[in-house]
Amino acid sequence: MTKLSWFNTVSLTLGFAFLYIPMIILIIFSFNESKLVTVWAGFSTKWYGELAQNEAFLDAAWVTLRVAVFSSTLATALGTAAAYVLVRGGRFFGRTLFSGMIYAPLVMPEVITGLSLLLLFIGIGLDRGILTIVLAHTTFSMCFVSVVVSSRLVTFDRSLEEAALDLGCSPAQAFRLVTLPIIAPAVISGWLLAFTLSLDDLVIASFTSGPSATTLPIKIFSAVRLGVSPEINALSTLMIAVVTIGVITASLVTKRAMMRQRQDELAAARVE
Amino acid sequence: MNSSVFAPWDDPQAKPLIQFQNVTKRFGEFTAIDNLSLDIFEKEFFALLGPSGCGKTTMMRMLAGFETPTDGHILLGGQDIDPIPPNKRAVNMMFQSYALFPHLSVWDNIAFGLRRNNVPKHDLEDRVEEMLRLTRLEQFARRKPHQISGGQRQRVALARSLAKAPKLLLLDEPLGALDKKLRQDTQFELMDIQEKTGTTFVIVTHDQEEAMTVASRVAVMDQGKLMQVATPDRIYETPASVYVADFIGDVNIIPGRATANGDDAYQIDWAEGQAPITATSATSFSNGQTCHLAIRPEKVTISAERPAEAVNAIQGKVHDIAYLGNLSTYHVQLPNGTIIKAQTANTRRISRRSFSWEDPVWLSWTATAAVLLAS
Amino acid sequence: MRRAFLIAVPYVWLLALFLVPFFIVLKISLSDTELAIPPYTPTLDLSQGWAGIKEFFSQLDFENFVWLTEDDLYWKAYLSSVKIALISTFFTLLVGYPIAYGMARAPQEWRPTLMMLVILPFWTSFLIRVYAWMGILSNEGYLNQLLLWTGIISTPLTILNTNTAVYIGIVYTYLPFMILPIYSALERLDGSLIEAAEDLGCSRIQAFWLITVPLSRPGIIAGCFLVMIPVIGEFVIPSLLGGSGTLMIGKVLWEEFFSNRDWPVASAVAVVLLLILVIPIVLFQRNQQKQTEAEQ
Repeated sequence: MTKLSWFNTVSLTLGFAFLYIPMIILIIFSFNESKLVTVWAGFSTKWYGELAQNEAFLDAAWVTLRVAVFSSTLATALGTAAAYVLVRGGRFFGRTLFSGMIYAPLVMPEVITGLSLLLLFIGIGLDRGILTIVLAHTTFSMCFVSVVVSSRLVTFDRSLEEAALDLGCSPAQAFRLVTLPIIAPAVISGWLLAFTLSLDDLVIASFTSGPSATTLPIKIFSAVRLGVSPEINALSTLMIAVVTIGVITASLVTKRAMMRQRQDELAAARVE
Repeated sequence: MNSSVFAPWDDPQAKPLIQFQNVTKRFGEFTAIDNLSLDIFEKEFFALLGPSGCGKTTMMRMLAGFETPTDGHILLGGQDIDPIPPNKRAVNMMFQSYALFPHLSVWDNIAFGLRRNNVPKHDLEDRVEEMLRLTRLEQFARRKPHQISGGQRQRVALARSLAKAPKLLLLDEPLGALDKKLRQDTQFELMDIQEKTGTTFVIVTHDQEEAMTVASRVAVMDQGKLMQVATPDRIYETPASVYVADFIGDVNIIPGRATANGDDAYQIDWAEGQAPITATSATSFSNGQTCHLAIRPEKVTISAERPAEAVNAIQGKVHDIAYLGNLSTYHVQLPNGTIIKAQTANTRRISRRSFSWEDPVWLSWTATAAVLLAS
Repeated sequence: MRRAFLIAVPYVWLLALFLVPFFIVLKISLSDTELAIPPYTPTLDLSQGWAGIKEFFSQLDFENFVWLTEDDLYWKAYLSSVKIALISTFFTLLVGYPIAYGMARAPQEWRPTLMMLVILPFWTSFLIRVYAWMGILSNEGYLNQLLLWTGIISTPLTILNTNTAVYIGIVYTYLPFMILPIYSALERLDGSLIEAAEDLGCSRIQAFWLITVPLSRPGIIAGCFLVMIPVIGEFVIPSLLGGSGTLMIGKVLWEEFFSNRDWPVASAVAVVLLLILVIPIVLFQRNQQKQTEAEQ
């Protein structure tokens, strides 16, 4: 397939226009002078300045960041263990229940997860705050990590682990010295996914947070309910920028690594 | 028996290194290994040969410790190794996929097993360098596995599994991933290294030519059972069954009924209106017993006239000719429809072919050329 | 020993923070509302021993579930959630399939970039992507400005705070979930199959319907479930883009809990929602399992 047909060109153009135009408009109007977001009144960066002064937003951002770092790290450890158990654990009591509990949160409506966790925290008398949000986020994002890591483990050449055992490793050493370094990219992308999910989450955080800890999405949501504001546009632009830079960097790094690998393989094949 | 020939299996005093004692392995309903006993001796190059699913890989994985026998025992140097986990066995394995650790360099791959034994740094370096020399990989020590060719990867895998100087080295289809030319060169290299290191090798393969080339003894397996265990020449010349005769090389099988005709000699009636075939056999047959005559194509002579001296001679006509370069194989159809293959060596360059399609020809062979098999 | 530990930690975590909470929801859905903290009754009092437990169970009843059937707000909300989910899944498929198809047909060297362009919005905040449409769809928004300027309409259209806005928001935010599974099914499709079909006398369009669509069906099914299941319980989109006329169960649950502080009714709403979702979730799991088995 060397050239795109006109139909495919049109569908791709329209599709990506649909995906990106709303965000581009949002970014453009974050530089609007006017308070009225729908009327262009000249270029200005003043809303970014106001954002930097807004203590409430800054506090919420700090809470969100801490929650995301803690929960994604915990979720990566638990999710990797769960993936390893599912793919390599063989049979054990309640395996079906376990795999069901891993997959169910992926499609569970957030309102249900949030409500049930809140009722649990109240039931055991745990004060709502950063800790409860971390626990909640860890629970649902560990399932996403587990799916990412297990899809890598499924394609993992089992004889690599057997070779490690054959050469004298204990099972734990084989995991640490062979399996973990090889699946590291999947573990890292699992962490990134968990981190983003935590940054993003509004519903579960709303249920499980208390007055002492408000996350950024909760703040944004309550501001947005009142209507469009240039300050939120500026904040959104910043968040989009961070994600874009992150995703583009990640894809460039993997692309370069893949190209180097392919060149090496070609060079090695030529020797033969 | 000449005492300078390496043949511990003929010496009743020799102690085997590995003993399979009535080993059975079942996976659920499926019996992979069926009550099998086998001795393998030190310094042997032993080949397990068979079609896929015959149980040869299961045998190897039981030796490595990745599977345990359902019944029976496996002894290594007289000691039962069933309870020993793979990482504690003095057995190393070269994997079919090579299983080289992609994140480690060639050097670190080879050093991997030694590091697990906490070998002192100096000894470790010496040993790795020795292995690199043995497998001619010195220039590639710092490369990663994806930066070297398939043949080099195969040698890294060999060096890594030999580095710990195991009592026993297992090779799972070691040459399966190489192309034909490289495979032939590597076979001799493997034999060379086996001789130099004096390690016992057990190789699993489905390639009969490879097994015949490298091995001191070959075990032909089918459906979890040993069909025959013998040296390559005996397997080829005196197969124990129709299965083995058919599995190794090309063969004509003629079913018939045996009648004794003097010492070790039998007459085989194989088709109505045809003269019986005369053959000698060390195993005895009762009169009228059904038997199979197995004869290799290269032992069948093809000629235009009936050879005067021939013990066995049958007339037929040429049905097909396969020109293989060094050899030509003639498919000759007998009056009753049976096809017999006869092979001639093409010793002269571009000689005129003596026979053409539909030519009437005579096939002949001696009384000792064929093997008489009961089943 | 180590294996048992490795299994136990994530297992116990999920039991404690995923499964047990559901039973608590179930229990509270059978309780009564009370003006207290916590705002429901009975509460389990273990200090009274067996009698306390018996007392506790005797006070549970299905009152809240009866209430859900009596007030037509609830069943209307369930029905409307399912309807909105089905319609928007259909539109997402309609928009997503041509994009996935175009990506799979694009030159090999473009595909990673196109893939990244689909994934990028997925990593971007959901809330922000919904919010972006508020400015576009409002009465004085960019869409109305454009339409007025081109003269297609003379009075602004009311789109924001209607179901139309909800549909647009769902299609927009869930599009990557539809595109990715379909794309991965289409990318694996062997191009020679289409050539074989054309060789045997199919037209381009026939080949598409007879070969491409059936072979991408697992991707279509996966994509539809991935969109439909979470949309049924969606809260953010109806509350930001929908109006007072938009009934969705996620929003009802939220209001029942945060505005009315009626925890037992909110729990009952959640239990029924879960029961509705069990069927598509099980079907989805089955489809995924079949897929992984087929690949092995």
